[in-house]
Amino acid sequence: MIIKTHKDIPASEITDPLVFKQRRQIIKVMMGSLVAGVSSSALAETKTEWNHAPKANTTAAPLITTSSEIVNNHTNYYEFTFNKTDATQLAQSLPTDPWSVEISGEVEKPAVYHLEDMLSQQSLQEYIYRFRCVEAWSMVVPWIGFPLANLLKMAKPLSSAQFVQFTSIYDPKTMPNQRDNAMLEWPYVEGLRIDEAMHPLTILATGMYGESMPKQNGAPLRLVVPWKYGFKSIKAIAKIELVKRPPTTTWNKFAPNDYGFYSNVNPEVPHPRWSQNSERQLGSGFFTPRRKTELFNGYGSQVASLYSDMDLRHFF
Amino acid sequence: MFFRSINRWLIITLACFLPLIAISIDIATDNLGADPIQALHIRLGDWSLRFLWLTLAITPLQTLSKWRGMTAYRQMLGLIAFFYATLHVLVYLSVDHGLDWHLIAIDIFESPYIWLGVLAYIIIFSLAITSPKFAKKSLGKNWKKVHRLIYLAAIAVIIHYYWQLKGNMAEPLFYLILLALLLGFRIAVWVKNRQFNKMMIPSTRKIRVTTVPKSLDIKQSGVPSKSSLNELIIEEVDES
Ligand code: HEM
Repeated sequence: MIIKTHKDIPASEITDPLVFKQRRQIIKVMMGSLVAGVSSSALAETKTEWNHAPKANTTAAPLITTSSEIVNNHTNYYEFTFNKTDATQLAQSLPTDPWSVEISGEVEKPAVYHLEDMLSQQSLQEYIYRFRCVEAWSMVVPWIGFPLANLLKMAKPLSSAQFVQFTSIYDPKTMPNQRDNAMLEWPYVEGLRIDEAMHPLTILATGMYGESMPKQNGAPLRLVVPWKYGFKSIKAIAKIELVKRPPTTTWNKFAPNDYGFYSNVNPEVPHPRWSQNSERQLGSGFFTPRRKTELFNGYGSQVASLYSDMDLRHFF
Repeated sequence: MFFRSINRWLIITLACFLPLIAISIDIATDNLGADPIQALHIRLGDWSLRFLWLTLAITPLQTLSKWRGMTAYRQMLGLIAFFYATLHVLVYLSVDHGLDWHLIAIDIFESPYIWLGVLAYIIIFSLAITSPKFAKKSLGKNWKKVHRLIYLAAIAVIIHYYWQLKGNMAEPLFYLILLALLLGFRIAVWVKNRQFNKMMIPSTRKIRVTTVPKSLDIKQSGVPSKSSLNELIIEEVDES
């Protein structure tokens, strides 16, 4: 089943999966579902693979390795490098299996989940979202994941839980820029208001293009908040804490005037150094005009109500 | 002799277009990465900056190496910098924005780092169109004044470069240090000449003249005549 967002993205606008070099896999998955004839969606296939084959992680490992051969990639993974292409190679050294995620703070049932156990309790679905980077480029990615709300509900947030703080893995042995204390404060921390975290569009993703998540894209578990700039969608999550106060997030701490806590996609609020009015769509050809950026990245009809009484220029 | 100098020009001119050839090959073979438009745009900007820095390096190199005859290449390098800057701008307007003037206007208006790119381009453009001999003649004394704006262009370019950076700082730092050296050289020469002029004003006794060049580190044998010193000053201060 494909979760339909109110605003459908035309198939032609989905970023050429070649950008992710996952083309073969997506075709494979699609063929699989056609042959199976059970469901017309690629998702059922993936779901089956993920839910009924707990060893998928072992078989997934070689698939991730396949993606390490690819040099043409486009990810910001500052723990490894400031270069979008090199991250693909460097990120392969991150050990992601086994992986556990701690859920703690203002909850009734704090827990440390083995990732496999966590995933087996969720039904994975495909979410086709536009991903808008604060650097004014965008792509459309079919993520495989589940609503963050489902996980939070299992932990039973207390009424004192006003915010959710996410922390990435701290692994200076494999992450050079953590080792060198380069640029940002490590580990990477992001945060959401509780209502943002509980919103059905907010997902934890563990795969894309019908396959498990490539490491450079945030394996094994990443956040995806489609109406916010990409850096809010933290990668390689190790800890999720429910907290009373707004968390100090990494980019906001580094440059508070440049990167707000909310960081909702908003063409009307330029970054102090560059415009956010338009975006370059990866995969679009030469001489194609940029895409006009939409408020809340086009998800306004579903999320604008979260901010109805707020001045978006002030709370950028 | 004639043929040799022709050959040298040919080789240097061709070398200047090598980056363009490399970029063209990468376009043709789809080898520009996941964001080819940005890669193309950035590479042209980078080459414009490099040629601009080379242009600025000619005078210091000539002064330090005593190798005369490089001045002829300075104009050419400047024009090549202009050429790559023009492509950089054209790619921005057409390849990136598809000549959507509304989008372009907002993008420039809201991006302060681009203002400095525009300033730099206006200057480089003005210098390029006033670089032919006839323009030089008709501008007369003003030509040198106008062409000193290249320093302002270089400063605008380095700010333009720094202001749009998102992560990496190593390569930009390299260019910043180079520019500091190139401009620092001019300042040092200017300061020296000022001191020199001051000393020259009270008297022109020969004893003074002979001691001054040594203390100024000017590697010249023999006692320079007053006129040769003046020549030196003009060359170092003005022709850069
Ligand atoms: C109308 C004038 C100009 C415009 C509109 C313009 C536009 C831009 C833009 C949009 C970028 C950011 C690229 C990105 O991050 O996607 C950029 C970067 C750059 N521009 Fe310009 N530019 C102009 C003039 C110049 C000139 C005259 C030079 C050099 C002589 C120059 C050199 C550069 C360099 C070196 C970069 C950085 C590339 C890098 O990140 O390595 N620009 N320019």
